Parts: sequence; C-alpha cells; structure tokens
Amino acid sequence: MNISEYKNILVYAEVKGDRIAENSLELIGEACRLKEHKGDDTKVYTAVLGNGTDRFIEQLYEHGADVVVSFNDEKLAQYRSDLYGEALTKLAEKYKPEIFLIGCTYQGAELAPTVAARLKTGLAAHCTELKFHSDGRFIQVVPAFGGKVLGDILTPAHRPQMATVKAGICVKQRFEGKKGSSESFSCDLSGFGDQIKVVSVVKEKAKGKPLHESECIIGGGFGVGSKENWAILEEFATIVNGATGCTRPALDEGWTTGEQTMIGTSGVAVRPKMYINVGISGAAHHTCGMKDAGFVISINKDANAEIFKYSDIKIVADWKTIIPLVIERLRK
Amino acid sequence: MALNIAVCVKPVPDSKHFDKITIDPVTKTWNRCGIPMVISDLDKHALEAALSLRDKFLGKVTVFTMAPETTKENLLEALGMGADEAFLLSDRAFAGADTLATSHTLAAAIKKTGPYDLVITGNESDDGSTGQVSAQIGEWLKLPHIMNVISLEYKDEVLHLNSITEDGSIGYELKLPAVIGVTRKVNKPRFINVMGMMKAKTKPLTILKAEDLPVDKDHIGLSGSPTQPGDIYSPQSGRKAEYLEGTPEEIAQRIVLELRKAGITL
Repeated sequence: MNISEYKNILVYAEVKGDRIAENSLELIGEACRLKEHKGDDTKVYTAVLGNGTDRFIEQLYEHGADVVVSFNDEKLAQYRSDLYGEALTKLAEKYKPEIFLIGCTYQGAELAPTVAARLKTGLAAHCTELKFHSDGRFIQVVPAFGGKVLGDILTPAHRPQMATVKAGICVKQRFEGKKGSSESFSCDLSGFGDQIKVVSVVKEKAKGKPLHESECIIGGGFGVGSKENWAILEEFATIVNGATGCTRPALDEGWTTGEQTMIGTSGVAVRPKMYINVGISGAAHHTCGMKDAGFVISINKDANAEIFKYSDIKIVADWKTIIPLVIERLRK
Repeated sequence: MALNIAVCVKPVPDSKHFDKITIDPVTKTWNRCGIPMVISDLDKHALEAALSLRDKFLGKVTVFTMAPETTKENLLEALGMGADEAFLLSDRAFAGADTLATSHTLAAAIKKTGPYDLVITGNESDDGSTGQVSAQIGEWLKLPHIMNVISLEYKDEVLHLNSITEDGSIGYELKLPAVIGVTRKVNKPRFINVMGMMKAKTKPLTILKAEDLPVDKDHIGLSGSPTQPGDIYSPQSGRKAEYLEGTPEEIAQRIVLELRKAGITL
C-alpha cells in the first residue's frame, strides 16, 4: 500500500429520516478543525448515501464540507449493513481518504467495522479525541475499561485511518453561505440478494427534550432511590428547560426510560453548559460521558465519591434536602 | 432444522472492579491488580441466545475464545452454562491482536470446525468496548451480519430480529448462515448450577494454535494488526471541586445563582 496516495478527510454523513444525524455534522466540524491544523491542501469530503440525497448538499457545505459525494440509489433508501457496507467501501477505495470518520450511532457502529474489514485497515472505536502528533502522525484516543484508561491508537502503515466518534464529543461548526462542490458516485449493488430483509422500521416518539439540545442536564444515578424521586429530577429539568440523564444502574432499576438518556461509555456523551447531578458515584463509565460539560455541580452523600473529581462544586448532602428547595426558589 | 451455532466469548477483568485498574507510569501498561477474569457480560447473553435456540430446535452450541490458556476456567463456565464444546485459540502469535486480527483468527477457527448455521457474539466487550469484532467476523466469513440485536426468533428457517436504533428499531429477516451481535435486552442469561459445572468437565475443550488454523500469517497478532497501541494514561479532570458547605437554603441559593451565571433559561 502506497500511503502517500491517500489524502483528505472523509466523513460519512448519516441520513436520519429527513435530516443528517447530529453526530455526522459534529464530525464534519471536527474534520474542519483537523484540516486547519494540518494547514495543507487537505479537503473535507462527506459521503451521503440514500435515495434523494441531493437535498442535504447545501446543509453539508454549511457545516464545513468542501466536497459532497452522493450515492443516490433506490436500493439505498433503507439502511442495510451489506449494501451500505459495499457502497461505502467502494467509495473509500475510489476517493482514498487519509482519514475516514464515522459517527458512532447504532448504524455507524455496525458500518464502520464492516468497511474497515473490507478495506483491511485499522479502525479506532469511540474516540474521545483526535489529534496530530508534532511529527504529523494521526493519533486517535480511545477509552478502555469503561473510560478508566485512555490509550493512543495509531495506524502507521494502512489507509484510510478510520475512527468512530460518539455524539457529543466533537463540536459542529457553521459556515454561513459556504459553497463547495458536489460529485455523484455509484457502484454495482446487484450482487446482494435478500439474505438481509428489512421488514419494519419502528420510530418511537422521543420523550422529553433530547440531551444534545439541552443547555442544562440533570443527572441521576443509583442514589436517586426510586421512581417517585426521579419525578423530582424530571420536574427540576423541566423548570431549567433541560432534560434528565442517567447512569446504567438508574436505567436498570427502571426509574427512567430510554437508553438514549444514559450518559457514558455505553450511552451518549454530552456537553451542556450546566450539569447538575445527584446520587452518582462517578464510575469512569459515566464520567467519560460528562467531562466536557461547561460547569458541573455534584451532590452526593459520600464525601469521597469519585464524581467530585469531575466537579466544579462539591456538595456533600442528601440531594432530597437541596433540590426541592432549588425548585421552590425557581418557581417563585 | 437442528441448529449448529458458534458463540464467541471474551474473558475480561470483571467490570465491577474496573476502578481498581492502575497504569504503571514507567512501563506504560495497565495493571489488572488481581481483578478476576469473567466472561464479558454481553457474551453471556450471546451464549444464552444460542442455548435457548438449541434447546428448542436441537443442534449444538460451540464456544470460541481467543485468549491465554489461563482463561480455561472461563470456558468451563460457558460449558457449565450448557455449551456442548469449546475451543480456546491460544498462541503467542495471536498476542496483541486488534479487532481485525482477532476477528480473522476467530473466523479461521469457525471455518475450520464448521460449518455453522449461526454465529452469535455479544455486541461489544466490557473491556475494550470497540464493538467491532462481530461485524468483522461476518466479513471474514463473507456472511451477512446484523448487530445491536434486541430480540430474536427462529421461524421457518429464517431468523426474525429486531435491532435497536437511536429512535426505535429495525425489524429484519435474516437468512442463515449469518452472524449476529446481541445487546443485553435480548434475554436474561441462565445461572450455572452445580450439575452444569460437573458436566462441564466432561465436555470437549480443545486448545488450537496458529498452526492448527487456516490463518493468514499477515493478519494475526500484533504484527498483523493495522492499528498499533501508543501511550496509555488515566483521564485527567481539570476541575477543582469547591467544597460548598452551608444550610440547605444557602446551598439551594448558590445553585440558583450558578444556573443564572451559566445563562440557563429559567
């Protein structure tokens, strides 16, 4: 493999219904940042697959894409790992990106290893940071052991250097009025039969405000204690125009619904302006998903709780003696 | 139709004790600090999925692990849960493998001892959590694969699956042979009883080395891994927790003040 043939940064723009996934837009922003850091003639390419992909082109430019490559095909109307895997592999083979970023959505998490295996290249999963070494090598920082350990991953002799990144890790950018260029791409997908058949697509209505749109998130863990207590956090979240987020134990107890509100390694990463949390011990599983919040206030009965290491304000108390008073003040 | 099922499991340090893991500042390696090795959580769900299919449709469940020989105990546990046979892929040549090399090695063992109707893995492991090996086994075997499985049912020789998405789920019909990765929603793993553990010792457990497998030497171990590990470190937090004391009223007042300072719409 002649790695010097590989140039530019490619971002997979995942279509979610009538929009591009937030996670993908964030990665285009990240690609722009990496491009700027390189300071050479690197371009940000985005690949969008589906049926009717043209409607996303302007949006992709405005989020930073220099070139939008679209693969418009009826066969790609619905995601399938085999078809999308083939399409994205062939696209990467043609465009030979040096770096290839894919959002770590459920779809991206399935697609990225599929494409990496076909390209026989390296893939770093759930990166928490992407950067360049002073000698120019690309470094992908990945968490292990639920975020307790971070490690640098390098892909020295293979290209593209692939990475997945969760939503909320990178910051999206906006370039008002930016225009790029667009190209269409296609490859033969006729070799795929009906080994995989999609029979239904269920979309549940989201409950409450999505975490990534919330400036203030109220987090709760095992220390919340009950479903009734959780309702207090919900009330608090409503008053601050935010949302509640949870840890795995709180989710397992059934106090809150929806995996999409779980913050941490196996959930989402968030960066609200304010993160107020109660009854969370602060296992690495959780802290690696909230460490980028603007300001963190933690309330825990245990003065030695790990969560305090990731907090701006530490309150050692029973949260039930505090939060209802805050709610009362805010109601006035 | 009886089902011949392969399940891949990974022995990992028990995630309940991850907080004990430390990093040696000199050698830049992580120290397990005596944390016991267990079968990674989701892999137990994978095994349970295989065992319930076998219990209903008959057939055989074979377990695969790529790990040092010291993890035999974990395979005995899998046999104790009810698996029929186990293969431990253990060779110095496999050490340091990334997901592409790991999946290549597992796929080679599956190819060698198969054919199988279905390969089941956990969606991701507790330790590395890359979630890449399942799909990549599918790719090496050139089989269709689906991850994020939250329910499965086998009917009319087709696997009916539901796979989770951010805002709901996708229902699939999957023709076999195929590879799937399951989440914890898919079932509740059975417990091992004493009888199971006793039987486990009588079941075949074979160690396979690189020379026993149809592996491509360019795709195994550290040297066959496109990704190479660099520095490792503990996450650092730049925050200095200010210890806020006072009456509940005073603390509540301060929280409101901080919300205002942060510019939160109230």
